[in-house]
Amino acid sequence: MNILNLFVIIPMLTVGGILLTKDLKQARLVSAIGMGMQLILSGVLVYLYLAERSAGNTSTLLFMYDAVWFPSLGIHYALGVDGISVAMIALTGIVVFAGIFASWKMEFLPREFFISLIILATGVFGFFISIDLFTMFLFYELAVIPMYLLIGIWGTGPKEYSAMKLTLMLMAGSAMLLVGILGIYFFSAPAGSPLTFNIMEISKVHIPIEMQRFLFPFTFVGFGILGALFPFHTWSPDGHASAPTAVSMLHAGVLMKLGGYGAFRVAIFLMPEAAHEQAWIFLILTSISVVYGAFSAIVQKDLKYINAYSSVSHCGLVLFAVLMMNQTAMNGAIIQMISHGLMTALFFALIGMIYGRTHTRLINEMGGLMKVIPFLGAVYVIAGLASLGLPGFSGFVAEMTIFVGAYQHTDVFHRVMTIIAASSIVITAVYILRVVGILLLGPIKNDHFLHLDDAKWYERISTVTLVLAITAIGTAPLWLSNMINFSLAPIVERLSAIQITGLF
Amino acid sequence: MNFSDILTMRHELMLTVLALVVLIIDLNLHNRDKHLIIPITLSLFFIHTVIGFLPSQPSILFGGMYRTNALLVMMKNILNIGVLIILLQSVTWLKKEENREKISEYFILLFSTLIGMNFMISSGDFLMFYLGLELATIPIAALAAYTHHQTKSAEAGIKLLLSSALSSGILLFGISLIYGSTGSIYFDAVVQQYANTPLQILAFIFFFTGMAFKLSLVPFHLWTADVYEGAPINVTSYLSVISKGAAAFILIILMFTVFNTIAPIYNHMLYLIAVLTMTIGNLFALRQKNMKRFLAFSSIAQAGFILLGIMGGNTMGMTSVIYFVLVYIFSNLGAFGVVSAISTVTGKESMDDYDGLYATNPKLSLLMMLALFSLAGIPPVAGFFGKFFLFQSAASAGYYWLVFIAVLNATASLYYYLLVVKAMFINKNETPLIYIKSDLATRTGLVLSGLGIFVLGFWSQIYEIINSLSFGIIH
Repeated sequence: MNILNLFVIIPMLTVGGILLTKDLKQARLVSAIGMGMQLILSGVLVYLYLAERSAGNTSTLLFMYDAVWFPSLGIHYALGVDGISVAMIALTGIVVFAGIFASWKMEFLPREFFISLIILATGVFGFFISIDLFTMFLFYELAVIPMYLLIGIWGTGPKEYSAMKLTLMLMAGSAMLLVGILGIYFFSAPAGSPLTFNIMEISKVHIPIEMQRFLFPFTFVGFGILGALFPFHTWSPDGHASAPTAVSMLHAGVLMKLGGYGAFRVAIFLMPEAAHEQAWIFLILTSISVVYGAFSAIVQKDLKYINAYSSVSHCGLVLFAVLMMNQTAMNGAIIQMISHGLMTALFFALIGMIYGRTHTRLINEMGGLMKVIPFLGAVYVIAGLASLGLPGFSGFVAEMTIFVGAYQHTDVFHRVMTIIAASSIVITAVYILRVVGILLLGPIKNDHFLHLDDAKWYERISTVTLVLAITAIGTAPLWLSNMINFSLAPIVERLSAIQITGLF
Repeated sequence: MNFSDILTMRHELMLTVLALVVLIIDLNLHNRDKHLIIPITLSLFFIHTVIGFLPSQPSILFGGMYRTNALLVMMKNILNIGVLIILLQSVTWLKKEENREKISEYFILLFSTLIGMNFMISSGDFLMFYLGLELATIPIAALAAYTHHQTKSAEAGIKLLLSSALSSGILLFGISLIYGSTGSIYFDAVVQQYANTPLQILAFIFFFTGMAFKLSLVPFHLWTADVYEGAPINVTSYLSVISKGAAAFILIILMFTVFNTIAPIYNHMLYLIAVLTMTIGNLFALRQKNMKRFLAFSSIAQAGFILLGIMGGNTMGMTSVIYFVLVYIFSNLGAFGVVSAISTVTGKESMDDYDGLYATNPKLSLLMMLALFSLAGIPPVAGFFGKFFLFQSAASAGYYWLVFIAVLNATASLYYYLLVVKAMFINKNETPLIYIKSDLATRTGLVLSGLGIFVLGFWSQIYEIINSLSFGIIH
């Protein structure tokens, strides 16, 4: 049994298990066990992957599995991972696990909630392990649709509106993506040979430049909508704010990374010439995402909206770095995906825990919480410092790498874009420290808050897992970076070969 | 004509025998026992469906008027499965007091139309085609007026009859022009003579108009909403699924064989009609509150997608159309089945009555959600695969912008399908509909639809079988 197949089988078995349960206690127990196993499996995968690499296996993809699905259409159920996928799978495993514990007290329709959550997780895991475009697309869409139910049924605030807007905009992104994928498919082999959806096969073929120019915007924007590309990011603030805690964690933490990963793995990898030509348009858009997202976060009063805009800003940075198309910047992009995924999951978990106690998300109504709930307060400070890029946490590693890599471009345009994007560091510091100050320090605004309980055991599990991961990457990033670098090498080679030989 | 010829025509002959058997049984039963017809007919039809799957030889009968091969048999089998599910869903409704007198009429009329559709699919010349078409249309008009004491139903029947008559007339005019310009009505002979002369293109346009009426393509869709709303729910299911499916089947066969020479010309027309149909179908569905009208407009939009497969022009195109019709049958019957189950017991057909349905009828809500997701084209249900393959075949012919418009329309359709999901799962309701206890037949029908929706996508063997029998435009 190929280890990768387990990543889809275990969640499906968990869903089956939840169907047999009767109430919240049993449902969450089954979910915790299932996703705990998934987390262990992710760890095992990382270990096995590193073991294979140190044993000298240098093939691009490991643990490959291929089953012909629709022979006449060239569709295979094809799986395979490289260092980048493994890192993303580990991220997903951690965030899903933390998310289950953050939903420990979900009283309303608990079984349906956990089932939808795990179907969402299945879609994400499946996306990261597939290397066949059809299978990737299937998992990608599978990950979007439970969002509607999760936000619409269990959300807060304008939840129906947010859920509908999010679902429709992300589906419109899939629409564009579908056009791109079909276009790539029909140029996936020279005339006469059978067409294929397999990414690795397609990467060996040169797609004609006219088709690339047409397909690249479709594919990149299609993924970019999920990755918070300006001006298509508008689903994100309302979506995250209205969603229940675990859903926001999963969505901002992992789902938005699908966009960044897809943009990199499909759009740029398979259409490098068009990527080089059109990168400047998208660089402008992503820089606007980064800066505009950060500025928008400054003026927000609702904790969740602050974090949502912060996610827009950080995910925009991922796309920004990916478009720089050199080794360092892309390395930074992937570390940023993982780092931000963990941080934003942590933030949303904390916001959920604070809201559960104070029943408000408006920062003006809260204050001095550090005295009352010191554990949560301390973790919030850690999350904040990680987000603004304090060395020792993963945020610093990611942003440093991105900006060093981006600055390696010597032309004026790239450097100006880099400086604009780097200014977001300062803006991020503003909104993070401001929130920390108002929320945690200073006088306590409401007497009811004097008697709040600090974190329970399940909340501690949730937050400590994430903090440990963030610190591990921040203090010893080299194991992650090496893993990613090794898998980036063939991709970067392909991209720079284009640059040297020019377009043909 | 010998015994093996009779075996070749077994679909039509069995159905005729079945209709006659129902008639005879009805004559011999007392009024209080009339409901016994239902299980008898259902079992006989089930046997008919099973026998339909037995292997057969390709052959040509009646001097070329009737032909059959594996592809046509497969199409008839697909229609049989759909009719079986519709019959299962009709059981509860037929047992109602006001329908007891007319049970056998329902079956006889239904089987008559099915015979007509079978002849239409198997036709080898335009005369048989027209005979089949008329035989398929007229009993449906009677069925639409089945509950004629309700004005809406009578109105539906008259509307359907008059609109069908007009479109049949136009179609017949087209056929006569074809005969005039080519000198023959046999498909094999016509295709040799068909060229791009203006008269023949005009003939094709008239012919296509008649077929577009049956498929509810814009701008020939105006009858759809009122007829679907007025007719009894099971007749609506039949119209939306079987009638449309049969029309799609015969249309693609004719367009790929008889009219293949004018393919570059009709593709322009299909492009425009596809865009119009999908868009207008979606736009009108947005505002519907009556579930039957809602599903009517949604099925108009779905027909637009079928045109994409026809424009593909290759084997992939035909396979995707047939596969999509199969998936569409299960998805639409799933949705109609839930609406029928609710409407037969409570009489309520408005989307507002579905608020909070999950609280009292979780399984019905879940099946409805799956069926709607399948209609919208969301994985992991079969509708995703059906739509994806249609888009793939259109893209294979280079129509990328059309695919983009189509996918955007699919996204727009998701909005109104989600409105129903929202009503069932998210909207709060003080008084949701009561728990609906369905009898065995309804439950079997719903389970069959649900199974189909789930299994058809992943079970790639079905697609491959259809693909092995299909063909592209013969140049």
